[in-house]
Amino acid sequence: MKQFLIFVKKEWLHIWRDSRTLFILVWMPIVQIVLYGFALTNEVKNSTIAIFDQSKDAATTAISNEISASRYFKLVKNVHSYKEIEATFKQGKIRMAIVFPNNFSNDLLHSNHAQVQLIADASDPNTANTLTNYASSIISDYQQRLNNEQQLPYAINTQLRMLYNPELKGAYNFVPGVMALVLMLVCAMMTSIAIVKEKEMGTMEVILVSPLKPFLIIIAKTIPYLLVSVLNIASILLLSVYVLGVPITGNLWLLIWESILFTVTSLSVGILISNSAKTQQVAMFTSLMSLFLPTLLFSGFLFPVENMPLPLQVISNIVPAKWYYIIVKAVMIKGLGFSYVWKETLVLVGMTLLLLIISIRKFKTRLA
Amino acid sequence: MQTEKVITAKNLSKKFGHFVAVDHISFEVNKGEIFGFLGANGAGKTTAMRMLCGLSMPSSGEATVAGFDVYKQTEQIKKNIGYMSQRFSLYEDLTIGENIRFYAGIYGLTDKQIREKSDSLLKELNMQEHKKTLVRELPLGWKQKLAFSIAIVHDPAIVFLDEPTGGVDPITRREFWNLIYEASSNGITVFVTTHYMDEAEYCHRVSIMVDGRIDALGAPASLKKDHAAKTMDEVFLQLARKAVRSE
Repeated sequence: MKQFLIFVKKEWLHIWRDSRTLFILVWMPIVQIVLYGFALTNEVKNSTIAIFDQSKDAATTAISNEISASRYFKLVKNVHSYKEIEATFKQGKIRMAIVFPNNFSNDLLHSNHAQVQLIADASDPNTANTLTNYASSIISDYQQRLNNEQQLPYAINTQLRMLYNPELKGAYNFVPGVMALVLMLVCAMMTSIAIVKEKEMGTMEVILVSPLKPFLIIIAKTIPYLLVSVLNIASILLLSVYVLGVPITGNLWLLIWESILFTVTSLSVGILISNSAKTQQVAMFTSLMSLFLPTLLFSGFLFPVENMPLPLQVISNIVPAKWYYIIVKAVMIKGLGFSYVWKETLVLVGMTLLLLIISIRKFKTRLA
Repeated sequence: MQTEKVITAKNLSKKFGHFVAVDHISFEVNKGEIFGFLGANGAGKTTAMRMLCGLSMPSSGEATVAGFDVYKQTEQIKKNIGYMSQRFSLYEDLTIGENIRFYAGIYGLTDKQIREKSDSLLKELNMQEHKKTLVRELPLGWKQKLAFSIAIVHDPAIVFLDEPTGGVDPITRREFWNLIYEASSNGITVFVTTHYMDEAEYCHRVSIMVDGRIDALGAPASLKKDHAAKTMDEVFLQLARKAVRSE
């Protein structure tokens, strides 16, 4: 046991001496959370729009005012022709234009049927979608109020309710994703590099000749990174609660235990990589290619897995981060208990056991 | 005392598939002896040494190290040997003191023993003022001497040195060999592989491996006499020319 602790302490010294890496390890999650949380969000705030109002009556003025008063839109220009709209789009000044035809109010009140045109810059399809949705809902809101005043007998109200994330905040999506990403990177990449480094330096041989058990060597090397990961989990959760305003609705301990489980999964991936990699560069690139990209693409936090072609959906199942992402979303955002995530948990446990068995067996055969 | 055997090998072999890396080698090493293990690259030196260190299972044959069996008692063997690899085996980002602490620690020395050992070791190497210097900043010769001292920090019965003096200047090599002599006079058996034939002359006995076999074994003086050679270099060349295996 004492030998084990001495080994762990030595491992700490490695991390501690390499202050640049330590700095990256500690700051990376913070920077990522802030980046994803604020800059890369799907939310649309203060999008610039132009309005082409050919009618200029009470109804169009009211709708225009409501739209420009909302926090999603910012009216930058009143235009007077379609040509002007196109020109403004080309200058890149607006992301959407709203066109009211002639006699808008009249049509609305008498035939109860008026048209409004939304023109969006769909070079960014997601944003265009969101913008038109927001605008449509503001317009239908207005229409409903009008209907209520007139007390039309058969008005149908559609009410949308966004579950778990009523404000459609992007952070609800990104926090679980960043947690998966950071844990994968820190645990898997850093441990694989740390183990391969000993091979490269030739120190591994000397440790293996010592009475320390190979299995203990591996465990000792992973402990410091496990601790760094716990620190990262803490900083991500604190940031998400106090800065991004994403609450932890579920059980905190469940969330922490699931995170530790995923950390162990990532560590075993790291050990596996270190077995086959001969140099630190190879270890790093293998980690990036086999972990970072799949985690980013297949965990579902940037792109919904359900929208992918079937083969890719199947592939996504072998990415551990996907399961962890589902668990974190369920526990943290939806506030669900263990009975809702036991299947995903089981998948992760199974993956971890499999990875550990393979990597320890490989580690042993390398010695023989 | 001189007849006590610390390493015995009898028909020791290692096969990798059809490739016979070590082919029925037999030898004995006496306590306190400096035993040179020579051979061209690829002759099987490292494989043989790895089997003796408990890193690799022999395919057939028998061997004991420090009285323990290489098949069943690798744990005990590991406690009784020291090892220095060809790439010096110190942590560059740790200080001299931390390296000593670590290696002494994983061999189970107590804190008090570690303190005493590191003081006497640093004194012997004249490095007292550099205890807190990072190994990275030391000249190569210093690192190698330090690595040797650390390899025997737990007073093993045998120390295995795998080409310990590669790339070091002659003066430092001389100093390094002084350390080896001192360890040997303290009763530590030294098992050393080397390329340098002048170093072979320093050994009490040498064995020369060719294509996985031991083709010659004896004191340098008697080997030179047997092969009618003036230097170990000539002995080695005569034997190595017969090699079929290339690198």
